[in-house]
Amino acid sequence: MNNLLIIPILIPLFTGIILIIFSSNIRLQRTISGISSIVTIIFTAALAFQVYNDGIQTMNVSNWEAPFGITLVSDMLSSLLVLTTSIIAAACLFYSFWSIGEDREKFYYYPIFQFLIVGVNGAFTTGDIFNLFVFFEVMLMSSYVLLVLGGTKIQLRETIKYILVNVISSALFVITVAFLYSVVGTLNMAHISARIAESGNSGILTVIAVLFLIVFGLKGAIFPLYFWLPGSYYAPPAPVMALFGALLTKVGVYSITRTYTLFFYHDAGFAIELLQILAIFTIIAGAIGAIAFHDVKKIIIYNIIIAVGVILFGVSIMNSESVTGSIFYLIHDMIIKAALFLLVGIIVKLAGTADLRKMGGFIHTYPGLGWTFFIASLALAGIPPLSGFIGKLLIVRSGFEDESFWGAGIVLMSSLVVLFSIMKIFIGAFWGKARVPKNTGKVPVTSLLAAPALLTALAVLYGLGTEAIYPVISLAAETLKNPDIYINAVLKE
Amino acid sequence: MEILMSFLIGILFMTATYLMLSKSLLRIIVGTGLLSHGAHLLILTMGDLKRGAAPLLGENAESYVDPLPQALILTAIVISFGVTSFFLVLAYRAYQELGTDNMDRLRGKEGHE
Repeated sequence: MNNLLIIPILIPLFTGIILIIFSSNIRLQRTISGISSIVTIIFTAALAFQVYNDGIQTMNVSNWEAPFGITLVSDMLSSLLVLTTSIIAAACLFYSFWSIGEDREKFYYYPIFQFLIVGVNGAFTTGDIFNLFVFFEVMLMSSYVLLVLGGTKIQLRETIKYILVNVISSALFVITVAFLYSVVGTLNMAHISARIAESGNSGILTVIAVLFLIVFGLKGAIFPLYFWLPGSYYAPPAPVMALFGALLTKVGVYSITRTYTLFFYHDAGFAIELLQILAIFTIIAGAIGAIAFHDVKKIIIYNIIIAVGVILFGVSIMNSESVTGSIFYLIHDMIIKAALFLLVGIIVKLAGTADLRKMGGFIHTYPGLGWTFFIASLALAGIPPLSGFIGKLLIVRSGFEDESFWGAGIVLMSSLVVLFSIMKIFIGAFWGKARVPKNTGKVPVTSLLAAPALLTALAVLYGLGTEAIYPVISLAAETLKNPDIYINAVLKE
Repeated sequence: MEILMSFLIGILFMTATYLMLSKSLLRIIVGTGLLSHGAHLLILTMGDLKRGAAPLLGENAESYVDPLPQALILTAIVISFGVTSFFLVLAYRAYQELGTDNMDRLRGKEGHE
C-alpha cells in the first residue's frame, strides 16, 4: 500500500482543473503548469526510485481488496514510462510557451495538455482492464481537442478521421473487454492472468488475444492499422505533434506488451507469431514511407511507425534479452521522437514550409540548431555511443538467437533507412546555399531550442550511461518475463 | 435469450459498419451511435442474462443480476455520449468551414492548408 503512485495522476489532474478557472490569464497559466510539470518530474523520479529499491508498488483504491476494487500497480516498466512521460511533457510544455500562440492558449490549451498527461500516466499505472479503457478515453478525448484546437481547415479535416478511427477502436476495446469478462469473470489484470492460467488454453483466448492486438494496434499504429496516423499527426502544431508522436502510440505499444506478457504468456503461439509478422511488416511500411517523402514532418511521422515495429518485434521474441532491448528502445524512442518533432517544428517555422526542396543553408545562421539536430538524428539511427544503439543491439542479437533471421535482418536494414531519411532532412535543411527566410526575426530560436536540446542531451546521457541504467531496465524486463511477480504483488496471498 | 441478443447485436454491428462506410458524415456519426449501442448491449449479454432481482439490496431477493456489467455500461455510455457530442459539433464546424459533408471531398492534398 503506497499512495505515492497515484501522485503522477493527481498532480496533472488538479493542475488541469485549477487552470480552467484562470483561462484568460495566460501568464498565470504558464506559471502554474510550469511549476506543476517540474513537481511531477520530482515525484515520478521518487516513485521510480522506490520501485527500484522495494519492488512492485501497488495501491488498492479506497482500500477494497485486490480483485474487487481498482488496483493501481507500478512496476519498474510503468514507473519508468511515467517518468519519461513527465520529462517529455515538461519539455513540450516549455516549448509551447514560445510557440503555441495566444489564441490557442486562451482557449484552454494548458488544461487540456494536463488532462492528456493524466490519461497517459493513468494508462501506464493502472492494474484494471476497464480502468485502462477509461484512461485511454481520457487521453483520446484530450488528444481530439488538442488536435482540433485552432480550427484550421486541415485540423478539422484530419480530426474527423482521427475521431472516427478511435471511436471504432474504443468500441472494439469495450467488446473485447466484454468477451474477456464472460470468459474469466474478472477485470483486475493480475486476477485475469491467474484465471487464464487456471483455465488453460482454449480457442476463445486466442481470439481475445488477436482482438487485443487489433485494438491496441489501432492505437499504436501497427502494420495494417497505421493508415490514420500520417494524416492525423500532420495537422497539429509542433508541441502537440511531439506529445502525440512521443506518447500516444507508445501507450498502445505498452498495452500490447502488458497484455501479451501478462495474459497470454503460456499459450498464445498463434497470436505471438501474428504479432511478430505484423511487427516486421510495420517496419517495412514505415521504411517505405520514410524514404518516399520530401516533407520533414512526414519523414519523422513514418519514423514513429518504424520504431513501433522494432519495439514490437523485440516483444514478440519473448526472451528476457529481447524484452530488455525493447524497453531500452521504447524509452529511447519516446525521448528522441519528442526532441526531433520539436526540432522539426523550429525548422518548419524558420523556413515557412515543410518541403525539403524549398529550404536550405540553415547551418550558417543557426549552427546550434543544426548540431542538435545532427546529434539527435545519429541517436535515432542508433550510432554506438548514443541512445538508440543498445536497444537495437539486444533486439537484433536475440532475433538471431531465436533464428528469426528475416526479422532481425529487417531491423538492421531499417536503421539504414532511418539514417538515410533523417540525413535527407539534415542535408536538405542545413547544407547548401543559404536561403534567407523572410520572417527570421519573429522566431525566438534560442528559447525554442532549449527544450529539444535538453531532450537530446538526455538521450546522449542515456546512451553513455547504459551501464548504469541496465540494472533498472533488466528489472523491468524481469517482471515482464515472470508475471508471477506481478500477480503475487497485486493479489498478496 | 443470449442467442437472440447475439443476433440483435450482430445486426447492429452490421448496420453500423455499413453506415460508417458511406460518404455522408452524418450517416457515419449515426453509424458510430449504433456501434456503441451494440457494444453496450454486448457487455450486458456477456455478463449473463439470468433471472434475478435488480441489484438493490432493499429487494431482499435470493439472487440478483450481475451488477458489474451495468456499472461498466454506465461508464461506457457517458464516455460515448461525450465523444459523440464532440463529434457532432466538429461535424457542424467542418461543414461551416469546409462547406461539405462528403467524405470523398474531405481528402485534401497532403500538407495543404
